[in-house]
Amino acid sequence: MRIALFITCLADAMFPDVGRATTTLLRRLGHEVVFDADQVCCGQMHVNTGYQAEALPMVERFADLYAEADLVVAPSGSCVGSVRHQHPLVADRFGSRSLQRQTRKAAEHTYELSELLVDVLGVTDVGAHFPHRVTYHPTCHSLRMLRVGDKPLQLLRAVDAIDLVELPGADQCCGFGGTFAVKNADTSTAMLVDKMRAVLDTGAEFCTAGDSSCLMHIGGGLSRARAGARTIHLAQILASTAEDPFQPDVAPGSVTADAPVVAAPRRSGGVA
Amino acid sequence: MSTVLLGMPGLPPASPRGTGNLRGDEAFPDAARSALGNAQLRRNIAHATTTIRGKRAAVVGELPHWEQLREAGRQLKSHTMAHLDEYLVQLEAAVTARGGVVHWARDAAEANRIVTELVRATGSDEVVKVKSMATQEIGLNEHLEAEGIAAVETDLAELIVQLGHDKPSHILVPAIHRNRTEIREIFLREMGDAPADLTDEPSALAAAARRHLRRKFLSARVAVSGANFAVAETGTLSVVESEGNGRMCLTLPQTLITVMGIEKVVPRVQDLEVFLQLLPRSSTGERMNPYTSMWTGVTPGDGPQEFHLVLLDNGRTRVLADEHGRDALNCIRCSACLNVCPVYERTGGHAYGSVYPGPIGAVLSPQLTGVEDNASLPYASSLCGACYDACPVKIDIPSMLVHLRAEHVEEHRRQSRTPAVESVVMRTLSWVMGHPRRWTAAARMGRLGRLLRGRRGTIGALPGPVVGGWTSARDLPAPPTQTFRDWWRGQEDQK
Repeated sequence: MRIALFITCLADAMFPDVGRATTTLLRRLGHEVVFDADQVCCGQMHVNTGYQAEALPMVERFADLYAEADLVVAPSGSCVGSVRHQHPLVADRFGSRSLQRQTRKAAEHTYELSELLVDVLGVTDVGAHFPHRVTYHPTCHSLRMLRVGDKPLQLLRAVDAIDLVELPGADQCCGFGGTFAVKNADTSTAMLVDKMRAVLDTGAEFCTAGDSSCLMHIGGGLSRARAGARTIHLAQILASTAEDPFQPDVAPGSVTADAPVVAAPRRSGGVA
Repeated sequence: MSTVLLGMPGLPPASPRGTGNLRGDEAFPDAARSALGNAQLRRNIAHATTTIRGKRAAVVGELPHWEQLREAGRQLKSHTMAHLDEYLVQLEAAVTARGGVVHWARDAAEANRIVTELVRATGSDEVVKVKSMATQEIGLNEHLEAEGIAAVETDLAELIVQLGHDKPSHILVPAIHRNRTEIREIFLREMGDAPADLTDEPSALAAAARRHLRRKFLSARVAVSGANFAVAETGTLSVVESEGNGRMCLTLPQTLITVMGIEKVVPRVQDLEVFLQLLPRSSTGERMNPYTSMWTGVTPGDGPQEFHLVLLDNGRTRVLADEHGRDALNCIRCSACLNVCPVYERTGGHAYGSVYPGPIGAVLSPQLTGVEDNASLPYASSLCGACYDACPVKIDIPSMLVHLRAEHVEEHRRQSRTPAVESVVMRTLSWVMGHPRRWTAAARMGRLGRLLRGRRGTIGALPGPVVGGWTSARDLPAPPTQTFRDWWRGQEDQK
């Protein structure tokens, strides 16, 4: 199938490994991955902070690029949640009739990674190999906005050599919440500490999830505490195989930072 | 025939400033900071909310038709709100026909004045009170005290709060922030008739309160209550409770004054079937609450011989006018959303400033007062959505929070000449993120952030409002050497 990758602004700028892993995984499963360089951000941060009118350019761009696409995947539960629930809202308040239709059309075939794999492509065993102890945090928007249920766990259970352990109080929010993390930094930290304790109690090396934003928060806390556990996106586990295993490129206890896996040649000129 | 221009109807008034208890003294983040440092509070609230969450989950789980019940509750409430004007008039007629007197109060000040005059007319200078959110909202106790009338709270937890000169911190369990040693001290210091050898055993504390309150029940000539429901077709009022103190107040005194928010009306007696299942299970995690009192007007020779119903608006009509916010009026005050809220669990109720704490408070208080008077509350949530799942009448609190944030931003923009820093940042980001070329350049610039990384390859604590808020407790990953889109172009070029 031809699948359009909506990388999300955070993964684009901060966690390109997540995009590379998503691409690797989908290609391995025999699909064509396309990436439109005209994409930007879903606008969720603007909507969630109260700047709905300012989200309009991003909502328009998403609808322009993807209303006519076959299938769109984003490695983020909350960005897909925004596409489904917030884009129509912004379009209804500030957009044209046509945009209102386009946003709904685009939302119909935009999926979070685990939804795409399990519901659309019908796979749970993606041929991954990951010989580590892992615990799964089901991020609020995947759990309660998208209702992905146990799809990510179905995928993880099928991973070869994984030691998957249950996270106590898994459905509890990690305290990220977008700008909540800085507007209410103290409360956010109090929530983070409890989530970190739950992660560490499992003895897992890795805490995984379907959202880079929550992982950046949890991983940032674990790193600051020198906790010895780190975070990894679900796509990175699923992309890892026995032949081509995931290789932590930084010391354990640190959040994902990355040297490029495939070096891109230098080139001049702007992006087309 | 001549025409007269009446003008366009404006928004109905908000709850006026300087009255009642809907506004706090501090913004939420500041109030939360002090609460987060209170170890006793943290432990009590975490323990209580965890326990009640478990109980609720058990009694909700045993009902196979829970979701249909929630949907029925939601529809009943939405229907009632859409016809609120008709049902309130019907209620007034039914209560009047059964010998009650109905009073309409535009706001807290008017309601307080009405109740004070009614108490004065009885010649009494003391009233016993049933736990009631509406009377807390309008600050009735403080008002009566200023007018020389003593209001005695008879719910055990409310009594603890009142004797401790404290504020409630939970809708259902107002003294959730106190432990039994503190309660013993409060009773010994303030109750007047507490036994000198009082221990901090819960049963001893309850017995002391019971003895104290029995005297009040037997001497009181006037009671003040709230209402959980009022049935429009019959004029029947209802209070649900656990301790039986409410039953005493509703039956023993000569005069009963009920202060009720206008949104508490339901059309038919039959509708109680739904709410009396939803409420106790969501609230205390019980299949049924111990006491459900219902009364209809006045019955000669039995119970209060004088009954007054004060219908309180205090900003509710304003809430009703907002299509994205009006569902907040559907709340049945069960407090399930408080008990599942990760923010409430850590900060407790006082941080919200208003008598309505937790998720429902974060959407109801700003709407009753106008969003600018409670501007920090819509942001007091990580939007995790646990409240929406728990709500017995399916109020979509997360969407409402997002709506109120937009209302705040837009209201601030209208009122203020100079834009807020945040607004400038957000507009700039919109300009950058609305266009791929600008975004590509900005994302590449992020690489400069690599200069800030420490020896472990991450970025540690930094100053500044946003980055500082983040790095106060979390490291920031160093930006990668290459953005995803640059990598993609590179591998496309290699083909």
